[in-house]
Amino acid sequence: MPKLTINGRELDAPQGVNLIQAAEMLGIEIPHYCYHPGLSVVGNCRMCLVEVERAPKLQIACNTKVAEGMVVRTESPRVKTAQAAVLEFLLINHPIDCPVCDQAGECKLQDYYMDYDRKPSRFPLGKKNKKGKALDIGSDIMLDQERCILCARCTRFFDEVTHTSELAIFERGDHCVVDTYPGRRVDNRYACNVVDICPVGALTEKDFRFRMRVWYLHRAPSVCSACARGCAIDIDHHRGRIYRYKPRYNPNVNRWWICDEGRHSFTAVQREHRLTQPLVQAADRFAAESWEAALARAAEKIRRCSQDYGPNAVGALVGAQATNEEIFALKRFLSRTIGSTSVGGVSFSSADARPGDTFLIRADKNPNTRGLSALGLALDGLASLAFAAGQGELKVLIVLRADPARALGRAGFMRALGALEHLILLDVSASQTASFAGQVLPIAAHPELDGSFTNFEGWVQRLHRAFDPPKQARGALELIGALEKTLDGIESDYSAPAVFADMARAEAAFHGLSLEGLAHHGARLNGVAV
Amino acid sequence: MERILSRWVDIPDLRRIEVYEAHGGYQAWRKVLTEMTPAALIDEVKAANLRGRGGAAFPTGTKWGFIPRDSQKPVYVCCNADESEPGTFGNRYQLENDPHGVIEGLLICCRAVNAHVGYIYLRGEFALQKRRVDEALAQARARGYVGRNVLGANFDVEIYTHRGAGAYICGEETALLESLEGKRGYPRNRPPFPAIHGAFGCPTVVNNVETLSNLPHIIARGAQWYRGIGPAASPGPKLFCLSGHLNRPGLYELPMGFPLKNMIYDEHLGGGILNGKKLKAVIPGGSSFPVFTADEALKVNMDFDSVRAAGSLMGTGGVIVMHEDTCMVDALRTIANFYHHESCGQCTPCREGCGWIEKLLIDLEAGRGEAADLDKLIDIADNMEGNTICVLADSLAMPVRSFVRKFKEEFVEHVRRRRCPYRFERGYAGAAPRDAPPFPPTEAGAAS
Repeated sequence: MPKLTINGRELDAPQGVNLIQAAEMLGIEIPHYCYHPGLSVVGNCRMCLVEVERAPKLQIACNTKVAEGMVVRTESPRVKTAQAAVLEFLLINHPIDCPVCDQAGECKLQDYYMDYDRKPSRFPLGKKNKKGKALDIGSDIMLDQERCILCARCTRFFDEVTHTSELAIFERGDHCVVDTYPGRRVDNRYACNVVDICPVGALTEKDFRFRMRVWYLHRAPSVCSACARGCAIDIDHHRGRIYRYKPRYNPNVNRWWICDEGRHSFTAVQREHRLTQPLVQAADRFAAESWEAALARAAEKIRRCSQDYGPNAVGALVGAQATNEEIFALKRFLSRTIGSTSVGGVSFSSADARPGDTFLIRADKNPNTRGLSALGLALDGLASLAFAAGQGELKVLIVLRADPARALGRAGFMRALGALEHLILLDVSASQTASFAGQVLPIAAHPELDGSFTNFEGWVQRLHRAFDPPKQARGALELIGALEKTLDGIESDYSAPAVFADMARAEAAFHGLSLEGLAHHGARLNGVAV
Repeated sequence: MERILSRWVDIPDLRRIEVYEAHGGYQAWRKVLTEMTPAALIDEVKAANLRGRGGAAFPTGTKWGFIPRDSQKPVYVCCNADESEPGTFGNRYQLENDPHGVIEGLLICCRAVNAHVGYIYLRGEFALQKRRVDEALAQARARGYVGRNVLGANFDVEIYTHRGAGAYICGEETALLESLEGKRGYPRNRPPFPAIHGAFGCPTVVNNVETLSNLPHIIARGAQWYRGIGPAASPGPKLFCLSGHLNRPGLYELPMGFPLKNMIYDEHLGGGILNGKKLKAVIPGGSSFPVFTADEALKVNMDFDSVRAAGSLMGTGGVIVMHEDTCMVDALRTIANFYHHESCGQCTPCREGCGWIEKLLIDLEAGRGEAADLDKLIDIADNMEGNTICVLADSLAMPVRSFVRKFKEEFVEHVRRRRCPYRFERGYAGAAPRDAPPFPPTEAGAAS
């Protein structure tokens, strides 16, 4: 551990870290554009110049590794002059079209200008170089070459991370532009990551362009639900609408990146696609009813069937879209309140789902398949439940975040589960199974949930509730609690942390974990080789 | 004085290997392989105090000494023949007329650092030169000077030529290596230095054409002899490229430390200023370095240390002479145009600064400048210098500062009179800018 001094403060830094990382450990910001911890060092922006004692020139912090006895100054007059100069250089040919730029508010040019420059321009507006604007370069990306500061983060991402090399820098000097090769377009499943790492407004996402000023957005850390990887994300939302998912750094799962499918997976849970009130089916028509009536109806069905046919006549099918807490709570509800063991899991990815790859994307399009199996639910639960139904032993089925009619097809569903007396569907939107359901209960979607998912490698990560579910939709945990209370009058704490704590006590795989303890980077299930 | 590096002037057909051999060619190479250890060879070059002729004047033997002795990786030697500095044209004559001298020097360097592969990186425009070098290489290979088990000395060495794609920056040694590897010619961050991490990630020596061509002579005639030429601290013969407003511009071989005044006025050398005009300014080492006023120029001796002491750098020895009718604003604009065009665009200060400086100078020359522009030019130059990966930014910053400071009245006059006095009153034609600026109408009543 080399000992060095930064701005008069001593630090024992790990061998091999650079000065930007070392300064960060002391809470000192060294401004930078081109440096990104996930990419190679190019040292071209010159924003991170610092003074290193005994070096005649200023040194770029990104390419300077810590060394024993090094004395670094990041706020000396020389450094400040250089920082202001670099910003002035960056801005002379920049269009400064912040009022119409989507990056405004999260733009490093704006931020650093305010922090490190704040001088009026000495460059006449009419002499700025003209380059391409609003170029559709493929995937979901738009390119503005005038805003670009040529930090080469995007080209390095495509060279080093996706190995697709669609972007390159063309021309020389201040005529340099980032562009695609002639006749080629950006086409890869991770393309939008370059929008995240672009420090300015040069690369913007078609989906997000001109939709929302970023300072109106609120941010909730969560987990992507589009596949079994479960990439850490931030949900950026405003008044109950999601505007974008952004990848959140998690060294255990996705590092800095997410795939474009995951990034755009939130459209399915936007309000307009959602179930918003409890429905009851009578004579092939759905009618809305109140929660009281819906709960009473469900409880009555469950009570009557378990009395008439035995507790195992009531069963549950849990999809791999459910959180760990929901799976555990529903399983416990069946055993503790009803005494039933008829519970099974299902993890279904449609045949036309896009295949997995060797980077992040998994073929399993469910975020919590591993959670289902870790909590002891058979993934072929649908087969055993169908068998029981066929035998006339299963009468009432609670379906949580699963779509058996889609997995089996309508005819297959009728063959397998057509004998059911009552199906209670808990889901966020009208699925194919809904038309077979006696009752459909609207529940909260992932962005509206507190809870956790277990990814395919056994990393348990936390979801934070971004906003309330739309209209009458309710959290599934709350709903299970309400059913339990209706059936046997016991009121338990069904908050996610409490359920997680119960789960950690009851389930070996979760021993010693807590929801709060998952923090930002999650925790590994017990018994998983690290 | 005896011509050493430019022997082809006295020896016709020196580029043919029979002629080259008849004049002692490849004897040094034979001596190096059969009589000297690599360590003794390096010591000899150190003793000769040969300093790099590419512009940086770094001691060649010391540079070789940075190559790790026990490298597990192959070592490469690269001859920098990307000669593109404005006002510099010595390498091209050497490659055209004495390619064997360069090849022999490269071979000697390969032996010194135990490299078995040498590259000659030629600038993209050097088509003829590459042909000449390839011909010479074929001859040398046929005679067994290059190839496997050279001269029976159990040493394998192969040499390849490579033409760049036409970028000044590829003369910068790390950009050259990137280009050699088939990549965009971007200078690399240092550390690591090429001696550790050069071509293809292996230890590499990069030496200039003229530097290498000194080696056969040093080996053949000894370090003692070599140090007897010119000042001890920077000895040796030097090819000076005289250009600009001279009666006899051209390539002249002179000992280091030769007075610049004599270079310009000697009737066998520069032959005095064109049309008997007065000397105004000289850039001593190609366009990248501070300019000398006439007074400064006439006092300086042309060796690395004397020129440095006088406030400039000798660089490549490209002496650019300007007479009294030269507009210094336009001269600087021409230089800025070059660096703006050739900046690779990697580092912010250089990419943006070079263009900014050129735009300011276009305006100043066109009479659209402001008094504040002068300080602005100095300020931009200060902000560029030393803050980039390579020294291209410095190469514009140095002339900018020196021109603006030493010829300030001219810049001020351009601003005050809102025109270029030289263009309108002294028949100065200037160099046509790439994007020729529209000139303001002539002042009413002014002579034109």
